[in-house]
Amino acid sequence: MHISEGVLPAATLIAGAALAVGGISLGLRKMEQERLPQVALLAAAFFVASLVNLPAGPARVHLVLNGLLGLLLGWSAFPAIFVALALQALLFSFGGLTTLGISTFNMAFPALLAHWICGPWARGANNHLALAAGFAAGFLGVALSAILVALSLLTAGEDLLGAAQLILAAHLPVMLVEGLVTAAAVVFLRRVRPAMLAWDR
Amino acid sequence: MHLETLAHGHSLFHRLDPRGKLAVALAFSLVVATGHSPWAAGVGLGLCLVGCLAGRLPLREVAKRLVAVNAFTALLWLVLPWQLGLGGGWLGLSLKHHPQGLMLAGMITLKANAIVLGLMVLLATSSVNQIFHALAHWRVSPRLLQVFFFFYRYLHVLHREWHRMHLAARARGFQPRTSLHTYRTYAYLTGGLLVRSYDRAQRVYQAMLCRGFRGTYWLLDHFHWQRRDGFFLIWGGLMVALLLILELAA
Repeated sequence: MHISEGVLPAATLIAGAALAVGGISLGLRKMEQERLPQVALLAAAFFVASLVNLPAGPARVHLVLNGLLGLLLGWSAFPAIFVALALQALLFSFGGLTTLGISTFNMAFPALLAHWICGPWARGANNHLALAAGFAAGFLGVALSAILVALSLLTAGEDLLGAAQLILAAHLPVMLVEGLVTAAAVVFLRRVRPAMLAWDR
Repeated sequence: MHLETLAHGHSLFHRLDPRGKLAVALAFSLVVATGHSPWAAGVGLGLCLVGCLAGRLPLREVAKRLVAVNAFTALLWLVLPWQLGLGGGWLGLSLKHHPQGLMLAGMITLKANAIVLGLMVLLATSSVNQIFHALAHWRVSPRLLQVFFFFYRYLHVLHREWHRMHLAARARGFQPRTSLHTYRTYAYLTGGLLVRSYDRAQRVYQAMLCRGFRGTYWLLDHFHWQRRDGFFLIWGGLMVALLLILELAA
């Protein structure tokens, strides 16, 4: 969910950068030294997994996986998403330097919300509730990101209303697929490595 | 996964100090991205094209990346001149023509191409490790750089691991379709990759502790700022100033 360079006004870029810097520094401060390689490698794993195209009817969708990332990492989602986006900007010239802040916030804040809202249920004793919490985390992660991207576009003026509407509509199938995949991944992790979900923060 | 396709070469841009290049790239992106003058964006694009030729970047690779960017801007050309209105028409929705959208799409296309080309000339001509290094000299949070470093170091390893798992699934007859089974399979593959990366991180950290890691990542080699870097910084500064003047004149 990238916003191309040259679309957003300076005020939005600055506000996004400030929010992202706040989130990243808090995320780094809450991360113990021991967890640093774990966060970095999980970020790499999410990056790899999100390169995959999944079939959804006639189209193919990209997983975003920020809901699942939020469930596992909490505040560390900010630095994790930032490094992934920075690498894309540096290597693939995808996204850009000036939109790095706002894009980080647009993806990491929903991840954090997924952690706060769905995390306790995903870790809880009830299997059915955990499945539902996984679905909600995946669905909300993408839905809130799409809404934040649409809102950011609207700060550039009403001319972009059409594009903002299109982004919301295009992400509807992604939300569903993402919810299903995240729910199944939560079930998998609960069986295989529940300690990964039990990380606090 | 081969990522640093533009970083190999012997042109002027490949030899410049990444600190200077990063400073110019940042200033250039900021000025072009927030500008409103098509002249400034056009001149910026021209400068980057010249830089691209002077840096002797492989043009096929450059073209490939520009096509990817313009797939997005092409979408804007289709979308921006129209707006969805409520009331009337099919399902109570109607399309309204929106002429300013065309101007806006043109402007965004100019700016996006200028910045992407600029980043290719200035940043993609350095290896990722050189850029980490430059950021470390700029006193960027060392912990953030460590996350960045490990992320990049193990990206390739995990990509190979993913490829292996995917191959194994296909060897067992897995074919992706629009079905719950497909989504569950991908979720398990993703979960498997996450578990493997988590375990690997623990082994990596233990190995680092064995080698006496205490939280500091030492920089072993240092950059030498040369006269050409000074010239480049001045030249880059002048070009950014020129764009600013064009911007203010408009």
